[in-house]
Amino acid sequence: MSTNRLDYLDELEAEAIYILREVAGQFEKPALLFSGGKDSITLVHLALKAFRPGKFPFPLVHIDTGHNFEETIQYRDEMIARIGEKLIVGHVQDSIDEGKVIEQTGKNASRNALQTFTLLDTIAKNGFDACIGGARRDEEKARAKERIFSVRDEFGQWDPKRQRPELWNIYNGKIHKGENVRVFPISNWTELDVWNYIRRENIPLPTIYFAHQRDCITRNGQLMAASPFLNMDEEDVVERRNVRFRTVGDMTCTAAVESYAFEIDDIISEIADSKISERGARMDDKVSEAAMEERKKGGYF
Amino acid sequence: MDILKFITAGSVDDGKSTLIGRLLYDSDAILADQLEALHASNRKNDDGTIDLAILTDGLKAEREQGITIDVAYKYFETDKRKFIIADAPGHIQYTRNMVTGASNADLAIILIDARRGVVEQTTRHSFLVSLLQIQKVVIAVNKMDMVDYSEDVFNNIVADYQKIAAKLNISDVTFIPVSALKGDNIVYPSTAISWYKGDSLLHHLENVEINRDNASTHARLPVQWVVRPQTDELHDYRGYAGRVSSGSFKVNDKVTVLPSGFTSTISKIELYDTQPAEALAGMSVTVHLKDNIDISRGDIIVNSAGEPQLSSVIEADLCWMDTRGLDTSLTYLVQHNTKTVRCKIREMLHKVNINTLEKDFDEDFKLNDIGRVVIKTAEPLAFDPYQENKANGGAVIIDSRTNVTVGALMLRQSVE
Ligand SMILES: Nc1nc2c(ncn2[C@@H]2O[C@H](COP(=O)(O)OP(=O)(O)OP(=O)(O)O)[C@@H](O)[C@H]2O)c(=O)[nH]1
Ligand SMILES: [Mg+2]
Repeated sequence: MSTNRLDYLDELEAEAIYILREVAGQFEKPALLFSGGKDSITLVHLALKAFRPGKFPFPLVHIDTGHNFEETIQYRDEMIARIGEKLIVGHVQDSIDEGKVIEQTGKNASRNALQTFTLLDTIAKNGFDACIGGARRDEEKARAKERIFSVRDEFGQWDPKRQRPELWNIYNGKIHKGENVRVFPISNWTELDVWNYIRRENIPLPTIYFAHQRDCITRNGQLMAASPFLNMDEEDVVERRNVRFRTVGDMTCTAAVESYAFEIDDIISEIADSKISERGARMDDKVSEAAMEERKKGGYF
Repeated sequence: MDILKFITAGSVDDGKSTLIGRLLYDSDAILADQLEALHASNRKNDDGTIDLAILTDGLKAEREQGITIDVAYKYFETDKRKFIIADAPGHIQYTRNMVTGASNADLAIILIDARRGVVEQTTRHSFLVSLLQIQKVVIAVNKMDMVDYSEDVFNNIVADYQKIAAKLNISDVTFIPVSALKGDNIVYPSTAISWYKGDSLLHHLENVEINRDNASTHARLPVQWVVRPQTDELHDYRGYAGRVSSGSFKVNDKVTVLPSGFTSTISKIELYDTQPAEALAGMSVTVHLKDNIDISRGDIIVNSAGEPQLSSVIEADLCWMDTRGLDTSLTYLVQHNTKTVRCKIREMLHKVNINTLEKDFDEDFKLNDIGRVVIKTAEPLAFDPYQENKANGGAVIIDSRTNVTVGALMLRQSVE
């Protein structure tokens, strides 16, 4: 086989760095959306590679539902202190207090849907014209269709039937006032690529990605971390389980998996053998076949 | 391990999405929950088996209409290679989406329905594949199950296609008879097609050789960003960040910066905290030059021993991708590498009639038309002919009223 091509991780890394630099070069006021999950942690690492020894040409933005895993927030704050970059936090609680959105009630109440409002509000208040995110095309079939530079109208909406052509590595970031572009530098990475990269680069992660003991309840067939944010009743039985998280989002919609993977090598072999996709652990995608597409059309990341 | 990027092309309903689904399914690349969703879906084949096309047809409108509208990207790997698949739409209305997927492909699988043979879309997609210089082509003659796996049918299609390939200068073609629906010759060799002695599709994809241009004389580095920390300890630091698009650079290479024409020598190559000896095609690096010259985003650093053409009047092949036709009285934008400048289409030389592949002098560029033009840019572009070095010969036209990408340009030569 040809030897004159880069190894796949080098290729993916180089592409992501290129995309980050295109954002820096093409936009006035970009931002990097930082969720605290492994994909956005990887993005931060790639941004270090793209711009050091200079500063990032954009702040990090965290949309905080208030229903966080403590470990994520701790990680976020330590990371910001370490890299010395700017962090902007948009609070879903503020949107609720301002009466812009209404908290859900009932057993399956979650703030997951509300964060779209806070995100769009934060984009508008800061005048961001490009938002970098860690979404990958292998995550979900609607995401598999999205461009690297994905234009959103002034309502934050994605129109899947009218995407711009995107040829070679020429990304057209031209927009009208009020519109913005979502940019996905790790579009072409798989979950396993991200983990292999994290291992190769020795990137630290929040502890919840590794197996640990935690009080859980089983809901709709999935293991959920017991927390004050989850509305529990007498039917919910709390059990101590050995778990880890494959993706990290709001506590009310991120399910755990039973696991004894204490080290990154264990995680990689667990994922390589796994027969369930990563988003299979997200309650929010289970609702319908087009759940993700509908949310994206409404401005969700 | 390296990555092979490939696209499926061909006419609507020839079975592209089904073929991708079959490839993933038979190589065990579909996860349990995705499989569960597949079984639960109410879109089924006529015989009640699961419809593998919905693995890639990810949009609601696609599932409703049973056609592909936009490219879907799928990922899988075997022991030999990693693959990035772009499943393109066959419908002529969505040609621009096919072009989007094809622009980055190393290999194209063009499907032909065995019952129908070569049709207009086969030719259109083949023409685009040849214009875009996709290195390798596979012709998958699909739905062999519907023609009793007939060798004659296959051979006739091969003969027909070879005529088109010759006209289009497509030299590297492999023909494989398949049934995406039944799985013949996709991952596993077919028992029903015993007369075929070649490889299954997957075996071919795993082993086909793809090259990357690393010749130092073609070294090109479009500058994306200038790294200038301007701190006390890094007061004089000035690095030019970009991705080597072709060729390779080493420390001490003599380089020219275009369009200014200043020359200098590479003093250092950085990749974050490492200093690679050589920056190869595909690598994102930061380079430093011995001399302090004015360089900004949009400039390109090249090896002085092999400079590209520098011109503002350029002949190019054009594929028009917008419902608004081309208007020679308008000023558009052209984006080439990291540079965006104003431009006009000065002349329309000819269009190509897709059915005959002959020149057509109807001077009216509409959606999906392909032909040749002369553009005039507000500033000169430093480019290579696309057919020689695609990494530095492609550009897009943007309509400055809508900001939409409306044309794909394959630059040919300066006509100044
Ligand atoms: N008998 C038979 N039917 C097939 C085969 N491959 C695909 N089909 C059927 O052909 C129809 C179209 O298949 P798709 O895979 O959606 O076609 P496509 O080329 O992706 O179509 P577009 O993306 O819309 O251009 C479906 O009904 C498939 O089940 C095959 O090998 N044999
Ligand atoms: Mg299709």
